[in-house]
Amino acid sequence: MPSTSEALPGRPKKESRGQRFFTLKRRYLAFPYALFLLLFVVIPLLLIIGYAFTETDIVAGEKVTTFSFQAAASFFTSPSKWSVLFVSLFVGVQTTIICLLLAYPAAYFLAEKKFNSNKVLVVLFIMPMWINFVIRTGATRDLLDWMGLSGSTHPWEATIIGMVYNYLPFTILPLYTTILKLDHSQVEAAADLGANPWNVFWKNIIPQTLPGIVSACEMVFMPVMSSYVISDTLSEGKITLFGNYIYLAFSNSLWNEGSFMALIMLILIGLTMLATRKIEKDPTGSRGGDIW
Amino acid sequence: MVNKAALWKRLLAQSYIWILLLVMYMPVLILIIYSFTTSALGEPIVFSWKNYADLFLSHEIQVAVGNTFILAFVTAVISTIIGTLGAIGVYESRPWFKKTLEFTTQVPVVNPEIVIALSLIVMFVFVGGIIGRLELNFWTLLSGHLVLTIPFVYLSVRPKLMQMDPALYEAALDLGCTPRQALWRVTFPEILPGILAGFLMAVTLSLDDFIVTAFTRGPGLLSGPSNIQTISTYVEGIIKKHPLPTNLRALTTFIFLGVLLLVVTFAVVQNVKAGKGKRRKGRQY
Repeated sequence: MPSTSEALPGRPKKESRGQRFFTLKRRYLAFPYALFLLLFVVIPLLLIIGYAFTETDIVAGEKVTTFSFQAAASFFTSPSKWSVLFVSLFVGVQTTIICLLLAYPAAYFLAEKKFNSNKVLVVLFIMPMWINFVIRTGATRDLLDWMGLSGSTHPWEATIIGMVYNYLPFTILPLYTTILKLDHSQVEAAADLGANPWNVFWKNIIPQTLPGIVSACEMVFMPVMSSYVISDTLSEGKITLFGNYIYLAFSNSLWNEGSFMALIMLILIGLTMLATRKIEKDPTGSRGGDIW
Repeated sequence: MVNKAALWKRLLAQSYIWILLLVMYMPVLILIIYSFTTSALGEPIVFSWKNYADLFLSHEIQVAVGNTFILAFVTAVISTIIGTLGAIGVYESRPWFKKTLEFTTQVPVVNPEIVIALSLIVMFVFVGGIIGRLELNFWTLLSGHLVLTIPFVYLSVRPKLMQMDPALYEAALDLGCTPRQALWRVTFPEILPGILAGFLMAVTLSLDDFIVTAFTRGPGLLSGPSNIQTISTYVEGIIKKHPLPTNLRALTTFIFLGVLLLVVTFAVVQNVKAGKGKRRKGRQY
């Protein structure tokens, strides 16, 4: 009986309390944000998956979209696309390793009071990030040209150097923030208990700073694999990474093939996220938000 | 003896840091030095102001710089508003909604720019196929930049919300504030540092972007009927085939000085703040 619920004694009381038609609750504020993410993040990504497995033909003047593994088949059968994957992986791994080797000592020296007490130096390392990266890439290319390492003769070396130049600050920052939190009593205890310096470093300091190392790898590896400007400029178009390939697909309006390549990138990201999830508890904490 | 060893270590560490810094800044420093000459890199420097004069005469560069700043500012304002409101709203939402949105926020953060760019253009193509024409313009470009920046605003506001005492908002309501007043007068001042950080982050991300801009731009802004040109797309178009033109060396000097000025201002403000805090503490105890 619906009429009884209207006659419930509680109802007039409720009305008198909330006199306005609409009461602002804080959770309503999430609406524009959620809508934006849905429209411009979720739907586009779903469309990428859709385009990766469809094909559009023009039959009798009309566009017909059909389900197809064309893009997938062309990826798995074409050696040039396989080479995009392997070259990207290789450039990614090489850049990440060089960045880590250069950045770890720098971050360590910057964070340890006994080596450095000057915070300005940290800012100096981050500052290049704020200078337009296309200009920086051009400048690096011109400098390397002058030094005889031009893209036409040494595409590989030039590309790696350019990548390291660009991604070194992104490596130093997460390492620096984790090394700042290093528990020194643990390090001292290890030394007191007889570990030699090598073991102290390898078995205590490295495990303690592992979240920073993982986060640094994440900041470098994927962006390097998918970069376009740096590899295109420094290798003078001789090295094709995922980024270059997708850009090419974009400029030729090859939406299906481009989407399939993007899908492979997405899968790679998913895999790395799964692999690093356990080590890195807070994936955003050291991602640069701390600079400010 | 021990002291001496420590001193040596410190010296070694310091020289490592400084050499690395020098190498990192080398390309930009050389550009700045050569901004006072029109001779090619490596050639003897003949001093002239020609590059700087060129910079102020070049219509193309002015358009690119203007577009870049307009875009960055509009992007930052909108993403700060949506991102901040989103952070407050999501923080108060039901757990399933919160979890879903937190996850979705991570997606553009970890997603490579080129995938974001492609996914957006694919969507524009898709929508264009439905309505019959594909039109790229300022708004498509803006949406691309918003995707890049909004999650970072969200992520810089969220920790401030977590630090905030939830009782403050409730107290404001109990003392007679409307929810809107409570948000504006209690929550907003508490999370302001996070909002400002998010705004600055949005500006820097937008200023530096190339890929998303190249994919999603159309005609508009100062470029008028031709595709919107930002500093990144303008420079990229040139360096694809040629060395950096000499007038861009002068632009680099200005960008470098601008960044330096901001960093110094920021450092000073931080120092003043820290000083104030200390003094206040000293008086209290």
